[in-house]
Amino acid sequence: MATFTPTVPGQKATAGQGGGGGSAPPRRGGGGDSNRGSGGGSSNYGERLRRARLGLACGLTPILMLFVSFTSAYVVRKGLPTLDATTNQYVHDWLPVNLPWTLLIVNSLVLILSSLTMELARRDITRQAALAPAARIPGVSLGRERHFPWLSITTVLGVAFLVGQWMAWRALADRGFYVANTPSSSFVYLLTGMHAIHLAGGVIALLAAGAIALLHRPLDNRRIVVDVTAWYWHFMALLWIYVFALLALVR
Amino acid sequence: MSTPEIIHAHAAPQGFIRKYVFSLDHKVIGIQYYFLALVAVFVGMFLSLLMRIHLVWPTASIPLFGDIKPETYLTLLTMHGTIMVFFVLTTAPQGGFGNYFLPIQIGAPDMAFPVLNMLSFWTTAVAFVVMLAAFFVEGGAPLHGWTGYAPLSAIPSSGPGEQLGADLWILSIAIFCLGSLMGALNFITTVLDMRAKGMTMMRMPLTCWSWFITAILALLAFGVLLAGGILLLMDRNLGTSFFVPAGLSLTGKMIFPAGGFGGDAHFSHAGGSPLLWQHLFWFFGHPEVYIAILPGMGVASQLLSTFSRKPIYGYKAMVYAMLSIGFLGFMVWGHHMFMSGMSPYTAFAFSIMTMAIGVPSAIKTFNWLGTIYKGRIRFQSPMLFAIGFVSLFVSGGLSGPFLAQPVLDIQLHDTYFVPAHFHLIMGVAAIFGIFAGTYYWFPKMFGRMMNETLAQWHFWFSLIGAYAIFMPMHYLGMAGHPRRYSQLTELQYLAPLLPLQKFITYAAVATIAGQFLFLFNFFWSMFKGPKASDNPWESTTLEWTTSTPPPHDNFGGKVPVVNNGPYEYSVPGAARDFVMQTDPPVGSGH
Amino acid sequence: MWAKSIKGIPDDMGLALLAIIWLITLASTYFFVAKTWWLPVGASAAAPWIDHQFAVTFLLMGFIFVAAQVTLGLFSYQYRDRPGQTSDYSHGNNKLELMWTVLTAILFVGLNLMGSHLWASERFAPAHEGATKVEVTGAQFAWYFRYPGPDGTYGKVNPKDISAEEQNPLGLDASDPAAKDDVVSGVMYLPVNREADITLRAQDVIHSLFIPSMRFKQDAVPGLLIKMHFTPVMTGDYEIACAELCGLGHYKMHGILKVVSPEDFDKWIASKEAEKQ
Ligand code: HEM
Ligand SMILES: [Cu+2]
Ligand SMILES: [Cu+2]
Repeated sequence: MATFTPTVPGQKATAGQGGGGGSAPPRRGGGGDSNRGSGGGSSNYGERLRRARLGLACGLTPILMLFVSFTSAYVVRKGLPTLDATTNQYVHDWLPVNLPWTLLIVNSLVLILSSLTMELARRDITRQAALAPAARIPGVSLGRERHFPWLSITTVLGVAFLVGQWMAWRALADRGFYVANTPSSSFVYLLTGMHAIHLAGGVIALLAAGAIALLHRPLDNRRIVVDVTAWYWHFMALLWIYVFALLALVR
Repeated sequence: MSTPEIIHAHAAPQGFIRKYVFSLDHKVIGIQYYFLALVAVFVGMFLSLLMRIHLVWPTASIPLFGDIKPETYLTLLTMHGTIMVFFVLTTAPQGGFGNYFLPIQIGAPDMAFPVLNMLSFWTTAVAFVVMLAAFFVEGGAPLHGWTGYAPLSAIPSSGPGEQLGADLWILSIAIFCLGSLMGALNFITTVLDMRAKGMTMMRMPLTCWSWFITAILALLAFGVLLAGGILLLMDRNLGTSFFVPAGLSLTGKMIFPAGGFGGDAHFSHAGGSPLLWQHLFWFFGHPEVYIAILPGMGVASQLLSTFSRKPIYGYKAMVYAMLSIGFLGFMVWGHHMFMSGMSPYTAFAFSIMTMAIGVPSAIKTFNWLGTIYKGRIRFQSPMLFAIGFVSLFVSGGLSGPFLAQPVLDIQLHDTYFVPAHFHLIMGVAAIFGIFAGTYYWFPKMFGRMMNETLAQWHFWFSLIGAYAIFMPMHYLGMAGHPRRYSQLTELQYLAPLLPLQKFITYAAVATIAGQFLFLFNFFWSMFKGPKASDNPWESTTLEWTTSTPPPHDNFGGKVPVVNNGPYEYSVPGAARDFVMQTDPPVGSGH
Repeated sequence: MWAKSIKGIPDDMGLALLAIIWLITLASTYFFVAKTWWLPVGASAAAPWIDHQFAVTFLLMGFIFVAAQVTLGLFSYQYRDRPGQTSDYSHGNNKLELMWTVLTAILFVGLNLMGSHLWASERFAPAHEGATKVEVTGAQFAWYFRYPGPDGTYGKVNPKDISAEEQNPLGLDASDPAAKDDVVSGVMYLPVNREADITLRAQDVIHSLFIPSMRFKQDAVPGLLIKMHFTPVMTGDYEIACAELCGLGHYKMHGILKVVSPEDFDKWIASKEAEKQ
């Protein structure tokens, strides 16, 4: 998908257009935020970055809706008396799950820490990007510069969190709470499992960012991937705190 | 400046695969979506034909298909409804036309994320294949209806087709959700971030507004359906009890904890709530009907204005009406559940909200009539279908206030009155929107004109046919004919309704036959139709400023600058009776 | 100059549209007004009121339907493109828009409020003292009706005891004394002019008890006991249908409601009790 050919046949002629459009005074009533060079897709990564962030914000919405749905199901189901068919009475059959607290708190700390390292990685690459014009000169490779490997650390911490969650599920099973045997444990597995799947997606994005770095693809691309992944990662950390709080407070 | 673009720009691809199969070009993707929907609509129509035949001649045997058993009818019903709603009405107007024309109409070279766009189409295509696969697995396709109410859908032993077929059905819908979510994300970003210079939100064609609002609805609704699908799959395959209550007894086979907690995990269903599924489903399901119809509203607005040679009546009111429909659409899902055992007080609240949502719909109708009033109407085929859309929308909409009153819903719920209502307003009206869009945009998409005479015949067949099929269903419903009945043979009070059912079947056969006029016209014109000019309808929006068909980057390197509102027709003093959006500004642009 | 020059468009297309739209409107309305197919006879106390609300809604919506379709046809014809016809350059009228909004809001919400007391009386309040108690159970694909007997309480049921061979479709728990006098029937008997106090339940999937002549419908949901009531006011036999898709036999899941005089009802219950002994 990525090629070095200019997008539009006519782009050469209007080469200044991306920047020119940006610096021209916005027309009165003109498309608000629309001074983007529509002809060639701007090569200005600031714009691409904003677009990617906007896309991410949209993409987070359904994830939020997913967890909102699970939460409402959880809260409603917890309060719902169910019919005991043998006695014909409504009963409360909700057994609070005995969570492995220590493990979960350690996991939470790991995830919060990873969010911090992720943020450091994001800032790091932003700084590099600011210096990038110099590095654009052919032959100058950024790969040779030494940077603290924040991204790798984040990836490791992310994997550690996932392993920790796996251990938590094992601990739950040891205490007799399986996916299907009590209504409350079903929800615990559901919420934590869904969160883990989404976090695993973040880990894959980090690996992709790493791959881009290894392939010596231009810094812009990597910066956008890292930036967007970072926001996604922070969202996942927040989501985890929310899930954890929900499981701790609504039992 | 030779930075490669991973995010949106890409060169015109070479080679068949990159150009037509895994294309990143929104125009190709739009056409792919359209063809997917075209296949789906003919599959869905064929299923409905079999249903109609079985309903009135239950013992008839279909050549090449064999006997239709009562459970087969329900299988056909389920697949017909699901395919029509998801793979036709959600796919063609949004994925098809939206993909093709949204970027062009706002003056962008492509969607914001072309790779995601391609993924979203292929995800949808995979979902369709998985859906069809349900027909061919052991036990066949599911029979639980397109609404998939639990526990019928949650327990494999509840009927034929509820085994692997039902799993595939849920899986397909889950995959479809992912595809739609990717699409929606792309649409929203594109509208917010890619508009050309001068294209303010309030200068966007109403089609763009409708795709934009539809995308927002999709973004909020499909996540919830996905949640429901995940829970249902868990109930079916992991033995959880989100939707399955305890102590069920199914045709003698007990679904009950063998020994209380910790027993045989697979059957320890413990106190789930069937209503929970209905809430999740309809929280998605009601917005879904607007996802189906909003793009049709957009197309109808655009065409009524264009072919009446008049500005749209009340542009702002139209935008606000669509926004409030979208907003209120999330607060009325309970009107599908008046008889479900939900609290009657909640039902009352939902019914008030539902009546309120009738108001913006009425505003739209009012404005459509206001648009053609004192116009100069050209009856080309797109306009015929736009007028048909308004007629059907009114007819289908007015049965809503019956169903929205819980006390009347006591009698009408789950009778044929409901299929009558939703087929008119969301089925056929939306299909008319698709037809109108097809006749209108075909020249731009394929560079040739469609045949007018065939189109007119197609219109008369479809309009009269749609009314002949679906209007009588109101009468059936009032007489108490429950829906989803595979035969009328068992209840005595249904016997007198058989002639009416037969009439509907004859009408369906004729209407379906009429659709082949369209199919023939479509493919014949694609290759043999007269060449189309750049702006055959003398329209004003941006897609008509570029060549036919548009070049890879839509505007051939020129960047459109927008000076006018989208519907400047018959501007006094202007040289022509239409002022394009890129023409020098006229007095009252929006 | 356009009118004649659009290729392939007959000049009288506007007229054709007017004719067809008006004809469709006429035909649709005719069968409603002639009541060729209409609501079944109403045999419950609430039926006349529900039917009245239906009629009011029908008149209002029917009026809007005819008005909108007639206007659509008329405009299509009158404003067809023809020589000398000019187009009005107008972007709309906010006052009219507002008026229309307020009017429809009042109409729609008002209509709803009009019917709300009926809904309240059907669903908000429970059945009165002295109503005939019936428990209705839906199972694939039959309806069962249980009367609590002289003790007025339903005995326990246990899904494990459900058995076709032992003629125990509900799984009545033989060890529960309250179950001893429970009468289970495949036909629903009700005394006329006395309210029926209905408890709905389902054994397997969702069903819906639909008695068109009683203007009664309510889903029977597994895992829920749902209380409902209605009052039959005419003796006779009425068909019962299932109105919620429940599986392959949904279309044949039907039953009969026999509304009889109170004496006949008591006789029937007594004979059923005698059968049990
Ligand atoms: C050729 C035109 C069509 C015919 C003859 C037709 C016929 C039918 C019939 C007979 C039923 C079953 C009613 C029942 O037994 O309850 C049905 C159900 C349904 N149809 Fe259509 N239909 C047509 C087009 C459409 C379209 C365009 C849509 C798109 C929305 C659609 C959506 C549905 C849905 C959602 C159901 C409900 C399925 C269910 O109950 O689960 N149909 N249709
Ligand atoms: Cu709805
Ligand atoms: Cu049924």
